Amino acid sequence: MPDASALLPYDYSPLTILAFVLVLAGYGIALLRMAPDQQPGPVRIVAFTLGVLLCYGVMQTRFDYFSQYMFFVHRGQHLILHHLGPFLIALSNPLPIFRFWYRALGLANKPWLAPVAWLYRLLQQPVIAAVLFVGLIYFWLWPAVHFDAMLSRDLYWLMNWSMLLDGLLFWWLMFDPRSPAKTTALGYGKRILILALVALPQMILGAWIVFSRDMVYDVYEVCGRAWPLAPETDQLLGGLLTWIPPAMMSILGILILLRRAMHADTPRPHPGQPRSLVNGGVS
Amino acid sequence: MKTGLAALLAALALLAGCGNNQPWHGKDISGLMPELAFELTGTNGQTVTASDSAGQLRLLYFGFTSCPDVCPDTLARLRVAINQLPEAKREQVEVLFVSVDPKRDTPERLASYVNFFGEHVTGLTGTEAQLRALSKRYRTTFGYDEPDENGNYNVSHSSAVYVFDHQGRARLLMRPDLSAQAISEDLARLSREHTGT
Repeated sequence: MPDASALLPYDYSPLTILAFVLVLAGYGIALLRMAPDQQPGPVRIVAFTLGVLLCYGVMQTRFDYFSQYMFFVHRGQHLILHHLGPFLIALSNPLPIFRFWYRALGLANKPWLAPVAWLYRLLQQPVIAAVLFVGLIYFWLWPAVHFDAMLSRDLYWLMNWSMLLDGLLFWWLMFDPRSPAKTTALGYGKRILILALVALPQMILGAWIVFSRDMVYDVYEVCGRAWPLAPETDQLLGGLLTWIPPAMMSILGILILLRRAMHADTPRPHPGQPRSLVNGGVS
Repeated sequence: MKTGLAALLAALALLAGCGNNQPWHGKDISGLMPELAFELTGTNGQTVTASDSAGQLRLLYFGFTSCPDVCPDTLARLRVAINQLPEAKREQVEVLFVSVDPKRDTPERLASYVNFFGEHVTGLTGTEAQLRALSKRYRTTFGYDEPDENGNYNVSHSSAVYVFDHQGRARLLMRPDLSAQAISEDLARLSREHTGT
């Protein structure tokens, strides 16, 4: 029986709702106002909206209730917040939307933006980004930290938001559509290396959870599960969700980047650019 | 050498004696959860709030009277733990047993159940909405199994005891594997903290 109340938040967070409304409204307004030749195509619009709605869904519907009282649902929640949602959002290339708002708000000469830009560049250093991406997973899954995070409402929200923001930063670094040859965007080889390197520790952590004989995360035992599922099953499923899907998303990301790198290598005539220049003036 | 060792031991003993940093037996949850607040129904059908037991050391526990093992075991352990305290301190401890099964647990049934576990236990229950609000406040939940042919059903609930100090602040979480002795020591320590002795 479909129950409409399942779509309502379990733990109502006005700030979270406001953030999602602002993002979707900002995207929609930019779409309507921007020059048609810059508008993203329907596939990209759907990818962006789907990514945003997935993240909203796991934070502000009944899904969040199950995430709080079932370990494996919690792992599914983080899979969406840290991987799938940001993956779709970054892949949808929202750069034209950013540009639109950058111009519309006149952000080019705002002095208060300088520290934000500095922090952004720092976090997007390849080593820092990769360590942060894996480090956050390990930090929040550290049994003692995890216990506290599930007991404290503030820590719980901090955990979920930090996962979402870091996911966005990381996947944007991976799928930045700007050409590494012409801009300062990270080279494809480095991106592929990072994706391969971050998969490894996630697989180790997932496998460790799967093969742990003891209960690693007893907070779900202590605080009651959403329904009477055997603790071992819950932990096994949660471990598998930590282990396999993130590794597969790394592989998928690598394939997408390989395809891009190959496209970038094939010289193609650009509109408005003389063919002879593209080929190095040979033909 | 011998005197050095003795001095070291004495220093250690001193540290253990006056230091407040030694770990609790229970899990320290200071600052993680909001202070004690609820509005429920007591065993006489009267409305009970947290202010009715203000100033007491309160132990909040969720359960139900048809509970086969965990609830009676925990309540019995709490009784032993409280009885190990000095008499003056015993009077300052109150166990709040909240039944999350209001359909079966009428105030009368709850009254006879909690009386079995000593005078320091207060039976409480409420509407499902009240109980959901309270369990959500303390980041726990409960759920009901499908009833069998006799109408009996199991209830999933938190297996831990939440300890609130005399000011109503959330302080400790007692996991179900904690012994009565360990619980008693923690309660005594909280009590000492309050009286300053």
